[in-house]
Amino acid sequence: MTHLLDVQDLVVKFRLRSGDLTALNGINFTLNPGERMGLVGESGAGKSVAGFSIINLISKPGFIASGRVLFEGEEISAYPLEQMRDIRGNRISMIFQDPMMTLNPVLTIGTQMVETIMAHNKVSVTHAREIALEKLSKVYISSPGKRLGQYPHELSGGMRQRVVIAISLLTNPSLIIADEPTTALDVTIQAEVMALLLELCRDDNMGLILITHDLGVVSQVTEKIAVMYAGRIVEQGPTEAIVSAPRHPYTQGLIKALPQGGGGGGRLHQIPGMMPNLTSIPPGCAFHPRCEHAMDICRRETPQLFGDGQTPGLVACHLYAQTR
Amino acid sequence: MKAHTTEPLVSITNLVKHFDISGGFLDRISFAGGLPSLTTTTVKAINGVSLDIRQGEILSVVGESGCGKSTLGRTVLGLYPPTSGKIAFRDMRIDNLSAQDMLPYRRRMQMVFQDPYASLNPRMTVRQILEEPTRFHFPDLSTSQVQDKVAEVMRQVGVDPAWAGRFPHEFSGGQRQRISIARALMVDPEFIVADEPISALDVSIQAQILNLIMDCQERFGLTYMFITHDLSVVEHISTRVAVMYLGTLCELADKKNLYGDPQHPYSRALLSAIPRLGTKGFSHIRLKGEVPTPINLPTGCVFHTRCPHVNERCRNEIPKLLGRPNGSQAACHALEEGRI
Ligand SMILES: Nc1ncnc2c1ncn2[C@@H]1O[C@H](COP(=O)(O)OP(=O)(O)OP(=O)(O)O)[C@@H](O)[C@H]1O
Ligand SMILES: Nc1ncnc2c1ncn2[C@@H]1O[C@H](COP(=O)(O)OP(=O)(O)OP(=O)(O)O)[C@@H](O)[C@H]1O
Ligand code: SF4
Ligand code: SF4
Ligand SMILES: [Mg+2]
Ligand SMILES: [Mg+2]
Repeated sequence: MTHLLDVQDLVVKFRLRSGDLTALNGINFTLNPGERMGLVGESGAGKSVAGFSIINLISKPGFIASGRVLFEGEEISAYPLEQMRDIRGNRISMIFQDPMMTLNPVLTIGTQMVETIMAHNKVSVTHAREIALEKLSKVYISSPGKRLGQYPHELSGGMRQRVVIAISLLTNPSLIIADEPTTALDVTIQAEVMALLLELCRDDNMGLILITHDLGVVSQVTEKIAVMYAGRIVEQGPTEAIVSAPRHPYTQGLIKALPQGGGGGGRLHQIPGMMPNLTSIPPGCAFHPRCEHAMDICRRETPQLFGDGQTPGLVACHLYAQTR
Repeated sequence: MKAHTTEPLVSITNLVKHFDISGGFLDRISFAGGLPSLTTTTVKAINGVSLDIRQGEILSVVGESGCGKSTLGRTVLGLYPPTSGKIAFRDMRIDNLSAQDMLPYRRRMQMVFQDPYASLNPRMTVRQILEEPTRFHFPDLSTSQVQDKVAEVMRQVGVDPAWAGRFPHEFSGGQRQRISIARALMVDPEFIVADEPISALDVSIQAQILNLIMDCQERFGLTYMFITHDLSVVEHISTRVAVMYLGTLCELADKKNLYGDPQHPYSRALLSAIPRLGTKGFSHIRLKGEVPTPINLPTGCVFHTRCPHVNERCRNEIPKLLGRPNGSQAACHALEEGRI
């Protein structure tokens, strides 16, 4: 079976005056059709850069230095811009944290939707409007007919994000990349938007890459997780396995730092220190200055992601390499 | 364990805070029936909230964006004058004090903000940031006493006193938030309003700040009003929780009660939506409709446009906050009538 997405050794750098900064340091993962993956980690870990680079949306000083991205078997990372644009917003859709990244404030919802549909399909305006209406009802927008005539600012935040989801569905993509789609929303609305996204992915067998720092949301929505730290994936595997039995000390720390429910009120586990600035990543394992298990080898050699063939998932940590 | 009592430190009675956002004369002029008239637009941010904050407790305030959490905190601290109602600190009414008489309360009640970047003056060193309020409120302290206090408080919040000469931008987000907590602690406050103090921080750093907040509660007997939208955090650190909707208090309950046995229909919906680690899929209570604006408040119960249990009485009559058999307090006709 061909993978929906196959990311191989992707390296992304930013050309700065002080030299090149490596934001993504060789990441690898695959996604099957209809599979949902969470990309988690702290601010600055490289989650958004990873998401953007898949569809070659890296902005100016940034560039893909090496690696390949295969989408439905095609090497899209080698595509010229024109061809890439065709894939973006057609077979792969992107949803951003801020719906206004997608919506044009001076056009009505209807105009934006009809234009998108007509840019990708040879249909009449009337037919395009029908498609738009259908998609709006699909994301549970009430009185969709009325919404077509409204401007983005006339809608609430949650409604705007649902409109963005409706727009991203217009072309029946097989992959959605959602970068913190509900971070700006209230819990009740977040639950609604995420439940919707999950339902739509299941119904139409769409793949999903969900970028977020919220492990709770990831565990509700995804089947597998990749945990990023300082530009690398340090652990990946089935969501349940990672949430219930994380193996990388960083993942363990992240999960233990969360209030566990039950209202215990005791001290929370805290990971000492903070994630390094990408301009000064420590040698060896980038996590070693914060890791309570750090050994000599951790300061010298960068651990590679590997699996032991028994435990599900992959982990990049010398603790496990030793017992290999 | 924690030394909280049932004695109120801060009492809020029938608090109302409205903002006039009509704008200038020309913005307000309108023509009805050919005659010019002036319109007023009012944001009804807080609409009759009564609650006590007890000595030594962490009272969390939750509710969706725009429901009035920050306004409540700021009005309590006297940063906004209330439209009506009363605020008392240790039985002393403080909402109508002159600036001079308010001064001691400005010291005893402090605020920590969400954004440590914006709330710390970028041109001042940490030492200056910490010394300034101390000299202001304790003019009798000698220079060396102030310096000692700076070092002591920096140690308490876990920032190396050797870094006192640095500027805020030289610190990480978590360290900056420690510094803003240190600034509040410098003047020996009794009460702190913490408005989303961890929202801008990463999970591993959030834990550090929450631990610090809980430490200060224990070590100095500090009382907090803790404002956040993270309901897992609320469950962890609160003593009691106030659930707000459109400027109104829906439910006031002990943490265990609220999470184990939420009463108000809005609390039930809110708690059902918490994303939990290790839970697959969604089983939240779906609310219909959109949140109304505080400019056009619904009549009767402010939640009636979205409530699954609404009836005629709800549309007309504002429900009162009443005691429940489980010890919580909730404002809902359906509960009072035993319908739910
Ligand atoms: N335009 C840019 N110029 C220079 N460096 C950049 C740029 N965009 C991103 N970076 C670098 O890439 C790193 C990864 O950024 P990215 O936005 O992917 O983080 P993230 O994991 O999405 O974090 P967040 O949770 O805050 O969104 C950052 O640490 C930053 O240093
Ligand atoms: N200074 C002000 N002038 C005018 N309106 C205001 C002012 N401060 C707050 N409001 C309005 O009062 C209402 C309550 O705002 P508030 O900031 O208290 O909400 P909140 O619950 O803290 O929301 P969030 O979770 O987004 O911080 C909002 O409609 C807001 O627009
Ligand atoms: S490789 Fe070493 S330093 Fe890195 S996480 Fe594993 S034990 Fe810790
Ligand atoms: S008073 Fe009526 S509308 Fe308000 S919460 Fe109770 S049942 Fe719902
Ligand atoms: Mg990002
Ligand atoms: Mg606020």
